[in-house]
Amino acid sequence: MKACKSDSEMKLKGIAVSSGIIIGKAYLVDRSKVKITYQYLVSQEQVSKEVKRLEDAIRTTREQLITIKNHMPENIKTHSFIIESHLMILKDSMFADASIQRILNESINSEWAVQKSLEEIREIFKQIDDEYIRNRIEDVENVAERVLRNLSGEDQKDLAGIDQRVIVVAHDLAPADTTELNLEKVIGFITDGGGRTSHTGIMAQALKLPAVVALETATDLIKNGDILIVDGNTGEVIINPLEGTIAGYKKRQIQQEKFKSSIARTSHLPAETLDGYRIAIKANIEFLEEVESAREYGGEAIGLYRTEVLYIKSKTLPTEEELFEDYRQVAEIIAPDPVTIRTLDTGGDKIAAVAMETDDEMNPALGLRAIRFCLKEPEIFKTQLRSILRASAYGKVQIMFPMISGLQEVLDARAILEQARQELDTRQIAYDHDIKVGIMIEIPSAVSMAEVLARHVDFFSIGTNDLIQYALAIDRINEHVAHIYEPFHPAISRMIQQVVAAARKAGINVSICGEMAGDPLCIPILLGLGLDELSMNARSIPFIKKIIREISMKDARLDFENILKLSTAKEIRGYIINRMKALIPELEGKGYLYS
Amino acid sequence: MELIKEFRIGNNLGLHARAAAKIVKLGNQYKSQLFLVKDGQEVDGSSILSILTLSCPKGTEVQARIVGDDSESFMEELGNLIDQKFGEGK
Repeated sequence: MKACKSDSEMKLKGIAVSSGIIIGKAYLVDRSKVKITYQYLVSQEQVSKEVKRLEDAIRTTREQLITIKNHMPENIKTHSFIIESHLMILKDSMFADASIQRILNESINSEWAVQKSLEEIREIFKQIDDEYIRNRIEDVENVAERVLRNLSGEDQKDLAGIDQRVIVVAHDLAPADTTELNLEKVIGFITDGGGRTSHTGIMAQALKLPAVVALETATDLIKNGDILIVDGNTGEVIINPLEGTIAGYKKRQIQQEKFKSSIARTSHLPAETLDGYRIAIKANIEFLEEVESAREYGGEAIGLYRTEVLYIKSKTLPTEEELFEDYRQVAEIIAPDPVTIRTLDTGGDKIAAVAMETDDEMNPALGLRAIRFCLKEPEIFKTQLRSILRASAYGKVQIMFPMISGLQEVLDARAILEQARQELDTRQIAYDHDIKVGIMIEIPSAVSMAEVLARHVDFFSIGTNDLIQYALAIDRINEHVAHIYEPFHPAISRMIQQVVAAARKAGINVSICGEMAGDPLCIPILLGLGLDELSMNARSIPFIKKIIREISMKDARLDFENILKLSTAKEIRGYIINRMKALIPELEGKGYLYS
Repeated sequence: MELIKEFRIGNNLGLHARAAAKIVKLGNQYKSQLFLVKDGQEVDGSSILSILTLSCPKGTEVQARIVGDDSESFMEELGNLIDQKFGEGK
């Protein structure tokens, strides 16, 4: 993407698709697009010869892919479907038959015909709405490229023949190419092309090869034998680094390895500070399928189950049965620990089945969404509430209303919940009659009203992402102001403090479920604030637990008092970084302690 | 014999490469021909590219039309495959 030159070393930034830091020599693989010649064929004889030439190339490609599939290392066998799907693309009528027809009908050479078929398929893929499926055009391109290389008679074997310990640098690598890499020798790879959803990235992770893609200009800027540092965590690639840079990365590399193994070892231990204070660590999830990995990462419960997916993806509104089935499974898997199900937190514009005309909303974040939308569409809301209630008979379920701005909304939402309960009573369907009902605190007015609200609900969960956005009047998506979005703004700590105090006074539970909960630097503040639980992306859990286990509550409280005396985000961030450096020096190597 | 049945795609990624490949692979075991219909558009169910370009993310309603002698068992297996979300996750 961007290249900037400092002294003699050069830095590139791409997309990290497989983690780990590697330092080594560059090995350029010529996987640049095969040069295509365009020819008209003049005789019938030439045409038949050309058809045979393409058929041969397709057969050779098929044989190569089958060999690759059969020789895949045991540990990546589960990904053999990628090669299988390439084999299917190869014989697909839209590709193979269409190309042969083109030679026959248009009297053009094989390369041109393949190119035209690819173009046509590309046009069709462009129309696909779903980004993930649309990006599968990459797989078609990989297959076409291999056929074109076979047509040109170029050697396909150069990848398996690498016999030095190197970092492969290529314009693009097909998933099939990555499996051919000599794993004894290749320590990682970087490419100009690709993206976050490339199958090549999946292969790299399975092979445990650090990889960075989408560097755009890597093959232009890097020469064979150049020394490279590839950071598969940040997407940074440094060409011909200075001695000091190498030393720095080597240190980071070692620390990271140590750190990785140490946090994995402790992720199942409770999050308990050095002086014995325990805080619950829960996971935020969006799909039923994530429940098990939440457990694996050491999550003690589900602190936030987002329920929008079933509404957004479908053309019709999900039925009570469908929702119930989904919620019941989550409740059952995580039982006896609780799952907090957040009711619909989006607007009508996102729900195809409602197809509400909201284009005229100037500020969707301040518009008709979440609890406001639900209160306006009580039937949709009630259906969801009945499903959640029914699931509560199968595990421990809590209900959470999002985007509450004041007491009236809580009362209105509770009234509809009451109707839902009565309907279930009439139908004689079981549910947990003591189900806990809580609210998200994410609008500044709710912070001001926290004391009143606390008397009407069973728990608070502070959604820091929206709270920061609404409190600081910053649209995070707007690039001109995104940099002002700042969890360390002193107003935010004070607001959280106010909410915690209100919860304490009413004797209810209070948690945080925004990104702050998974940010290592925020942990001393959040501990010092005295929250009951933190809920975060499952992958952050082992790291956050590790940090909590290495600091004491006494220190955290003291730090928090000191932070309250500081008046700018910059001062607070500086203070925290210095404290963390002293408390957990190994964090520095992780790249976390840079302001 | 011709059979027609409605399905709803339930796996998170929708009919992406792996799921589409599984459908094609299943079809290879039968003599009957599979066609998939979405919003009135019908495609050949033995072509991975046609299935992909039909564009079926999670929640899409798809109609399967199977023509041939063994359409019954083909439909049953197809139903199982979709119900089990192509073996992806739970």
